[in-house]
Parts: sequence; structure tokens; C-alpha cells
Amino acid sequence: MNPEAGEEETACGSSATDEASILGDRPWVIGGRTLRSRLIVGTGRYDTMAQMSQSIEASGADCVTVAVRRERLYDRRGENILDYLDLQRLTLLPNTAGCYNATDAVRAARLGREILRTLNNPGADWVKLEVLGDSKTLLPDPVETIAACKQLVAEGFQVLCYSSDCPVIARRLKEIGAASVMPAGSPIGSGQGILNPNNLRMILENLKQGDPDYPVIVDAGVGTASDVAEAFELGADGVLLNTAIAHARSPVRMARAMHHAALAGRDAFLAGRIPKRLYATASSPQEGVISSRPYGHTGQAN
Amino acid sequence: MIQVTVNGQSYEVPPGTTILALLQTASVPENYLAVEVNADVVPRSLLASHPIEAGDVIEVVTLVGGG
Repeated sequence: MNPEAGEEETACGSSATDEASILGDRPWVIGGRTLRSRLIVGTGRYDTMAQMSQSIEASGADCVTVAVRRERLYDRRGENILDYLDLQRLTLLPNTAGCYNATDAVRAARLGREILRTLNNPGADWVKLEVLGDSKTLLPDPVETIAACKQLVAEGFQVLCYSSDCPVIARRLKEIGAASVMPAGSPIGSGQGILNPNNLRMILENLKQGDPDYPVIVDAGVGTASDVAEAFELGADGVLLNTAIAHARSPVRMARAMHHAALAGRDAFLAGRIPKRLYATASSPQEGVISSRPYGHTGQAN
Repeated sequence: MIQVTVNGQSYEVPPGTTILALLQTASVPENYLAVEVNADVVPRSLLASHPIEAGDVIEVVTLVGGG
């Protein structure tokens, strides 16, 4: 037995040395910038700024999205979110949330860029473009989204573009220069998870054909950790979420769950899942079993 | 005094008021803000010299929590 034990030790030793290559991942690059975490989290709907800060920390995210709004009209406490975000560590991704036409979305993007430039934050040229078509579903308006995306790309923005899960629109957005296409799993804030995984598969296949590192981010609809894991298992490069953390009973704990789910889902994708089979396959050896089989080797009753 | 619209509300300001002077009335540091006059962003470098004109429609925005 000793030689075997020795071999095992050697194997363990070498696997520890190779851990980086075995457990490594490709750098996660969007619009020329590398992010450490594949989770991007929103900063809205928290009870307090402190709860938001703690949740961001627990999520492991190093990119957070923020909205552009008129000064002094929204926070009755007189607090500013910028005092609660670690601007040295976090890339801010300004969004155009709440805009219903291309013109307003472009204005919001330019204003967000102006603030981030002043703050010297690397997110200055990034925008999460969101142009809504309907206030009840918050589904994107594809015509206005495409118009705004073209304009912002022409102005030098890195456009991370919120979209429906339509594979054709997704392809159009990539063609006109979106730095990332971000299909919704389900309506914003609905917590329904990924309603149409097949559409997401088609989007991933289309956009990554000949361009495997093109970033596709599932944005919106996440309800719980398994939705995040599912998005990554399908092959998404990132997940953007907000309400599922902010409105969980314990936001900080849910943020940690999302962090783990992202790591688990991404690892599962990279590891390559086994195919699903109708019948069982035994994990223990078939030989040397001390029991006879009630139905013989054919599986048929005698 | 001249009449302007700031964030959807009417205000009267003395002629010659600059955008920077307007920002200094806000309760947050001015580098947390961006300004649009008549739908065009006023770059930071021009805030101190940009005079407000009668009838200007001004938006003063900051960043807030959002998803």
C-alpha cells in the first residue's frame, strides 16, 4: 500500500501546483476593462445606504450600477450615494433607467459621464443603456434602444445594452457596436428568473460565434441564487441584478448567496456538465458485488 | 432678475449668475453634480464662466441608487 500512498501524495502535490491552471478562468473584459467579479449589482431599493454598502461588499462585485436623477428630489435624508460607495475599488456603471426614448437616454448617459469624469472613476465612458417601452412590464423599446445605442457608440461610450431576450435584437445590438448585450431573464424586478433559457442559448451561440469572449450579461429578472447559477451554467459571462438582493429578507446574506452562486455557476459551466440520461449509471464498480440482482443482467424480471 | 427653469421649477436669479454659483446652492459637493443647459451638458471646465441666460432650462443631476 505504501507505494500507492506515495503516488497519491505526489499527485496531490502536483495538483496544488497546477491549481491556477486547473481552476483559472479567462479574464472578464468588457469594453476594454477587466472586472474581477462576474456579478454586477444595482444600488437601488435598499432600506439604508449602510445596508447597500454591506450588500455590495458581500456580493463581491467590483462594478455597480447607479441612476442619474435630479439633485435633491429623491433622497429625503439628504445623503448622497457617492459617500457610501468606495470609488477607489468600484467601477460605477451609470444607467439610463427610466428613460422612454433615445433622446432622453442619450442625455442621461452624457450627464452620468460628466459626473464620473469629474470623480475620475473608470466607469466614465460606460453606460448601461436602458430605453423602456412600457411602464408596466418595463420591457425595452427595441427601436429606441437601437437608435440610442448607435448614437452613444458614435460618441465613444462603451454601451452595455439592456435588451429583451430576442436573439435577433441581440444580434443587431452587437452589430451596431454594443460593448455587451444584456438580455433580460424576465421582467425587471419580477424575480421570475430565466423564463426562456432557449432564447438565451441562441443569443449566446449567435453572439459568441467566432468571438467567444464577447460579453453577454443576463440583466434583470433574477429572484434567487439558483437563477444566477443557471445563467452562468448556460454560458452567460455576467449577471446584473438588484432587487433580488435589495428586497430579500436579509439583503447582505442574499448578496453572499449570489456571490457563491456566480462562482458555482461559472465553475460548473467551465467544468462542463454531464449529459442528461434517461436511465441511471452506477457510480460504484459493477464487479465484486456481494449481492445478486433480482432481475438479472438484462434488467428483465425472471 | 431673470427667469430660468431649474429641474422643472421656475426660479429668478440675478443677471450674470454663473452655473457654478447655482451649483453652490446645492447641499452636496459640486463634483457630485452634472449640469445640462437647454439639453446640452455644460462641461466642468466651463461651469465657472457659463452665464445663465433668461429662459434657460437647466437640469442639475447627481447619481442615486438604481439598478
